[in-house]
Amino acid sequence: MTEVVFWSFSGAAIVAAFLCVTRRSPVAAALWLIVTLFSIAALFVVLDAQFIAALQVLVYAGAIMVLFLFVIMLLNLGRGGPSDLRGAWGKLVAAGLGAVLVVELWAVRAVAPADHLQLPPGAMARMSEERGPVGVITDALFREYLIPFEITSMLLLAAIVGAVVLAKRRL
Amino acid sequence: MSIDLATAGGVTLALAPELVLTAWCLIVMLAIAWRHEGEADQRLAAWLSLLGLASTALAVAWLWVGEARPAGLAGAMALDPFRYLSALVFLGGAALTVLLSLGYLGRERIRAPEYYLLILLATLGMLFMGGGADLVVIFLGLELMSVPVYVLAGVNRRSVVGAEAALKYFLLGAFASGFLLYGIALVYGATGTTNLALIGAQASGFGLATNPMALIGLALLLVGFGFKVAAVPFHMWTPDVYDGAPTPITGFMAAAVKAAGFAALVRMLLQAFGGAPAWHEAVWWLAAVTMVAGNLMALAQRALKRLLAYSSIAHAGYLLVAVTSGNEEGAAAFLFYALAYTLMTVGAFAVLAAAGRDGERDVLVEDLNGLASRRPWIAAGMTVFLLSLLGFPGTAGFIGKWYILSSAVEAHQYLLAVVLVLASVISAGFYLPPIMAMYMQPEPSPEAHRGTVLAGAPRLVVALVAAALLVLGVWPNLALDAARDGGAGLRTAVTYTLAR
Repeated sequence: MTEVVFWSFSGAAIVAAFLCVTRRSPVAAALWLIVTLFSIAALFVVLDAQFIAALQVLVYAGAIMVLFLFVIMLLNLGRGGPSDLRGAWGKLVAAGLGAVLVVELWAVRAVAPADHLQLPPGAMARMSEERGPVGVITDALFREYLIPFEITSMLLLAAIVGAVVLAKRRL
Repeated sequence: MSIDLATAGGVTLALAPELVLTAWCLIVMLAIAWRHEGEADQRLAAWLSLLGLASTALAVAWLWVGEARPAGLAGAMALDPFRYLSALVFLGGAALTVLLSLGYLGRERIRAPEYYLLILLATLGMLFMGGGADLVVIFLGLELMSVPVYVLAGVNRRSVVGAEAALKYFLLGAFASGFLLYGIALVYGATGTTNLALIGAQASGFGLATNPMALIGLALLLVGFGFKVAAVPFHMWTPDVYDGAPTPITGFMAAAVKAAGFAALVRMLLQAFGGAPAWHEAVWWLAAVTMVAGNLMALAQRALKRLLAYSSIAHAGYLLVAVTSGNEEGAAAFLFYALAYTLMTVGAFAVLAAAGRDGERDVLVEDLNGLASRRPWIAAGMTVFLLSLLGFPGTAGFIGKWYILSSAVEAHQYLLAVVLVLASVISAGFYLPPIMAMYMQPEPSPEAHRGTVLAGAPRLVVALVAAALLVLGVWPNLALDAARDGGAGLRTAVTYTLAR
């Protein structure tokens, strides 16, 4: 049962992602992106990561998508523009790069992660029972990865200052 | 002192330089939020930034003198002389850039005190790149360095070429970050960790050298770093970006930003992939092609700024030779060359900023004609910088190159050493013409060099840097010892990993 759910949502995510990049209209592309993000949220639930799934819906499918649509509407990008892929060569190069990516994924897929790296089945479910679904994330975020977490806050500050310097009409 | 990275107090101590610099970033930000109107406020921001950089250097020195060592498990930050020395190089490069910008911003009428804040933030990123012992820390440090530099490239908002440079740099930088992230993800998939020391332990213990996932990840990491340090064939963005950015920022990018990319690359390759020799051959080709192509392309340039941009590509090749050695001497040679290279690059761009009069950006080699008779000291300074870039005996550049050569020979990379020497010979073809123009050509008109003046802080920078290059050229012992200390620090971390 779980397997069926997993593969159907995986398929939905891939199909929606494909439609997202092939639509001419930005609004349609953004809406297909929402479908992708929701499917991925469902995948997280199947993988016993309910908290990440909730965040995925709240942050990506919710907040970030609203921002996308706002930008599309504010900049009046509603009509589909010319495609990024121009001419036969452009398409050929894109297809070639895509093929390289598929081959690479295939090569990587052939390597199973080493045994000592694999969690025993049901480990995630046990961990979230012990620590709660949020605790599993916060343990990693605020202990092991505390320094990267704090650096991210400085990175966001730098991005904000930079955006203001470049874009503000009068400094 | 021994610092336990598992406790909150230990982490705070280990992060002392970064915390000090973060605090100064916030102080400068508040200061410019209140006062951001006139020339005086801009100067205030500059001096506050210098103060911040100086106190950060003190914190680094405090850790170094206290011989801080990690107790127990390896953490996200390294505590070794390599980190301290590279941090001092970055801080010095940033301080020289701030001093250079003092006159430049006023002359080009760039009104943005945030300029200095962005330099501080970029320097903070560099500290994390040089000191991070975890791929996530290194990646975030890289982004924290890159984002302010994208903005700084386009900080002159009236300049169209500046905007083009910023956009080009941003798009290609984001592209390179994608490669890096994908590489980090694959390495994590193969090893289950992002900690360099633990990856190193896996590499030697579990035969990572033949694991395709780890190897593809390593290849992607090399491509990402190749973009960031502008190694051929990933250099296409460099000339346009260096050409379009404000001159002091070009110096900052060519010197400190590049050195930070290399510091992270050296640490990553030696500590995490020391046991997986697959990268040696890839970096070998990268180094050889970068040296030859960078120097050949520089030969064709007439504009000095583009010439220095291509020369900086060639210098990335020299540094890659030190990386290819893959031993303790290589790391030490990298540290010394990074110091010398930062000094000479900043110096050369300082003179270039003085020669480029108000709004005029293309200073050709011919524009230096007869500079020596009108401004003998500026010409003398430029001569020292160019000779040092060439690797002329008596300058720091010579000692640095010699040290890189000896590390390559130590690692039995004889062919690469020969390529390095030949590439240096080619480079004489474009480093010497500006010197000949300054000393052997007549001044086109008595007015020609009236605008070429160095006053105040930039004059101090040129004098200090030229003196430092000459001192390091004849008496490098102190700096060499420090560099050796730094290289050996990396080695102990490596053997520590192997022993575990």
